[in-house]
Amino acid sequence: METLTVLQIIWFFLIGILFVGYSILDGFDLGIGSLLPLLSKNDEKKTAILFNSIWPLWDGNEVWLITAGGALFAAFPHAYATVFSGFYLALMIVLFGLILRAVSIEFFFLEAGNKKIWARTFFIGSLIPAILFGVALGNVILGIPLDSKMEFTGNFFTLLRPFPLVIGILGLCAIFMQGLTYTMIKTENEINESARLLSDKIWKLYAAFFVLAMIASFIFIPGSSKNIIAWIFTAIFIVAIIAIRIFIGKAEEFKAFISSSLSFASLWGIAGALQFPNLVKALGDDSLSITIYNASSSKLTLSVMVAIALVGMPIVIGYTIYVYKIFRGKTRG
Amino acid sequence: MDAVLLSRIQFALAAGFHFIFPPLTLGMGLLIVINETLYYKKGEELYKTISKFLVKIFALIFAIGVASGIVLEFSFGTNWSNYSRLVGDIFGAPLAAEGVLAFFLESVFLGVLLLGRDRVSKKAYLVSAYLVFFGSHLSALWIIIANSWMQTPAGFVIEGGRAILTNFFEAAINHSTAERFLHTIVGGWQSGSLFLAGISSWYILKKRDIQPAQAMLKLSLTIFIVMSFLQFGTGHMHAVQVAKTQPVKMAAMEGLWESKDGAPLSVWGFPVASEKKTYLEIGIPKLLSIMVYADPNARIQGLNEFPDELHPPVFLTFQVYHVMIGLGSLFALMSLIGIFLILKKKLFETNWYLKGLLFAIPLPVIACEMGWMAAEIGRQPWAVYNVLKTADAASVVVPPWQILLTIIMFTVIYAFLFFIFIKFLLKLIEKGPEEIAKSSGY
Ligand code: HDD
Ligand code: HEM
Ligand code: HEM
Repeated sequence: METLTVLQIIWFFLIGILFVGYSILDGFDLGIGSLLPLLSKNDEKKTAILFNSIWPLWDGNEVWLITAGGALFAAFPHAYATVFSGFYLALMIVLFGLILRAVSIEFFFLEAGNKKIWARTFFIGSLIPAILFGVALGNVILGIPLDSKMEFTGNFFTLLRPFPLVIGILGLCAIFMQGLTYTMIKTENEINESARLLSDKIWKLYAAFFVLAMIASFIFIPGSSKNIIAWIFTAIFIVAIIAIRIFIGKAEEFKAFISSSLSFASLWGIAGALQFPNLVKALGDDSLSITIYNASSSKLTLSVMVAIALVGMPIVIGYTIYVYKIFRGKTRG
Repeated sequence: MDAVLLSRIQFALAAGFHFIFPPLTLGMGLLIVINETLYYKKGEELYKTISKFLVKIFALIFAIGVASGIVLEFSFGTNWSNYSRLVGDIFGAPLAAEGVLAFFLESVFLGVLLLGRDRVSKKAYLVSAYLVFFGSHLSALWIIIANSWMQTPAGFVIEGGRAILTNFFEAAINHSTAERFLHTIVGGWQSGSLFLAGISSWYILKKRDIQPAQAMLKLSLTIFIVMSFLQFGTGHMHAVQVAKTQPVKMAAMEGLWESKDGAPLSVWGFPVASEKKTYLEIGIPKLLSIMVYADPNARIQGLNEFPDELHPPVFLTFQVYHVMIGLGSLFALMSLIGIFLILKKKLFETNWYLKGLLFAIPLPVIACEMGWMAAEIGRQPWAVYNVLKTADAASVVVPPWQILLTIIMFTVIYAFLFFIFIKFLLKLIEKGPEEIAKSSGY
């Protein structure tokens, strides 16, 4: 294989890893945000506990998204350009959510008057991206209308087809699960109990939508039923989701969180297996698809970026673990 | 209205709003590390009191910086997708590097700074403060590398209409990176230090929180004074750089139409593009030639040497540039008075000066904004200088009405955020360092 091809494949994986990191880490604070009214029952003290459990960590988690976006831009500029301009309005709604949640916790603690507003903005700001990320991914896998210049030719409603919506809800369930298992680790008594009760329903929804997504893939994604790697990840997913249930039952909260993370990662594994080597599938005409081969940066740029990632990311992961250890233990207000 | 113009308005709005906060983050970061170092070395409670106060304000500024920064990161793809296609091979890398090497550092350790004081050792806390400080300055470095490449592109070739990287270090450390970085950082340190000096002055005027206020004023005013003189140096270096790499921009900033041997440095004027003349011009003879070439008779190119379609909007470029320099000069004057008062040991009693510091709080940030405008508007019609026109950089698939809609959305959100920001800032100041130090938790 040529060096360029190898680099292109490496970057396909590295961007996948960044998205997995983002899903696992920001997944739990997005999940807590999107379930905030159900977990806190609109009680100020409980909201404060939940916020305190994620406050020192959430911004670092969100940087995984910023970095994944930057890496996509640097490694596959055409994919970045097509998706970001094509999904313009949807992304602007995501931005709206991300802006809201970025300021909400800070404002919540500074507010002397009605703190509830900031709990609500955090909820809305978390729920919007939590749904739309999955919808966007579903579109990219299903395929979107593209012209010969790699430009998106659909409109906002193209994005809201059934398959992407199913993926959107599946993603939301995974995010919920991250949020719930993390809440169990960090809290006790009532909040912990609420999370436990809720996790029963969410688990069923998660499993149901996985099955639905699988059936939808057989129908809409040609070749998906014969993709061996996708089947391997499906198997891992099934083990992980059963493990979630078992560990929650035994109140082994940390292990439940790890299982939930594993289930999320295997969803990415399935998506990656179905997608490779495409980045954005063209609807109807495969020759118009944006792939890692026709969308990538030059050999030099890809190599420089590999160097930066190989030096930088282990350090990042190292100090992230260090800081998580500083804040381990139950949050008590 | 066309999509390009709308996207420019949106970018200017988003970048302009974002850049209210980073200079303060950079400057406050410096104050925090100095103060934490003093606390670590001397162990006096006073420094801890000050630090807690600074960290709270820092966190508030940081939160809005984050909220507005994400918009910019997305906007290259959403609004400038052709730009991303054509120069992404070079431009994307610093943005990604900024994430890996800077944003993580900044954000992860801010958590420790904010909520970890009781959970880590004194030393680990100090180190965290330094890491946040380095993180924010590294992030400034990478984004300025990206921006400087747009101003003075290097280390690439054009292949099939796309810019392809040939030398990473040439592209990163191009002809204006160093000057722009130094100048912007010093601007940030001026902004952060005057910000704190103004707040401290208010306490002294109100005769409350006296002990921390006096210590904070001493520290912040000293930094402000040093930086205000230094800024002439970095600004000068920067101007020389612009004159050499972007002569049209320099001519526009100076309102110079005809090329001249021994050109003056303009102080005041009204350039009118349609008549190619600058009215009411006041200048210091020969100074521009001296500053750029160290030769009173050196030739400086005027705008008329370049075709009209390559002129930036001259009036705007000229005025914003002059506001920046005017403010820079004002800061130097304020610094001289400050030195005088410190030497006379009258600083804490001179109420008019303290009031002046208070009302001057927004000025360095305004100078930073004006500087960026001079740099960006002066670069027009190019998005990447001499490589890619702004008009060819925008997304082609986004309908103008959608951009208009999002401009309205951002205007509303930014106005709202700014309002809340001021409200909570005033609340933190009203509480004051002594009360904040007493309260446990956040
Ligand atoms: C001179 C400094 C400077 C300049 C020119 C810019 N920024 Fe900025 N940015 C910072 C200095 C900074 C900072 C000081 O590092 C911030 C402020 C608060 C913070 O979180 O970091 C930041 C935050 C920040 C964030 C949030 C990071 C996080 O979540 O922690 C993003 C995504 C960006 N910026 C992106 C941009 C883009 C795309 C820019 C240009 C178009 C830009 N910034 C100009
Ligand atoms: C944060 C400080 C910055 C401010 C306040 C700022 C301000 C502006 C303004 C006012 C414009 C509009 C110019 C015009 O169209 O007349 C503009 C355009 C632009 N700037 Fe900046 N800018 C900043 C930083 C940057 C950085 C760091 C980059 C690159 C990473 C950048 C890239 C651009 C681009 C792509 C455009 C749009 C194309 C153009 O109009 O030239 N800017 N900016
Ligand atoms: C005192 C004399 C000053 C001089 C001679 C000066 C010179 C310059 C020049 C020539 C530019 C344009 C660079 C370009 O077009 O690429 C610039 C930009 C800028 N200036 Fe100044 N400046 C001065 C004071 C200040 C002050 C006091 C501040 C802030 C407190 C400031 C902040 C900025 C910023 C943020 C930019 C945009 C980024 C950049 O291009 O560096 N400047 N300055």
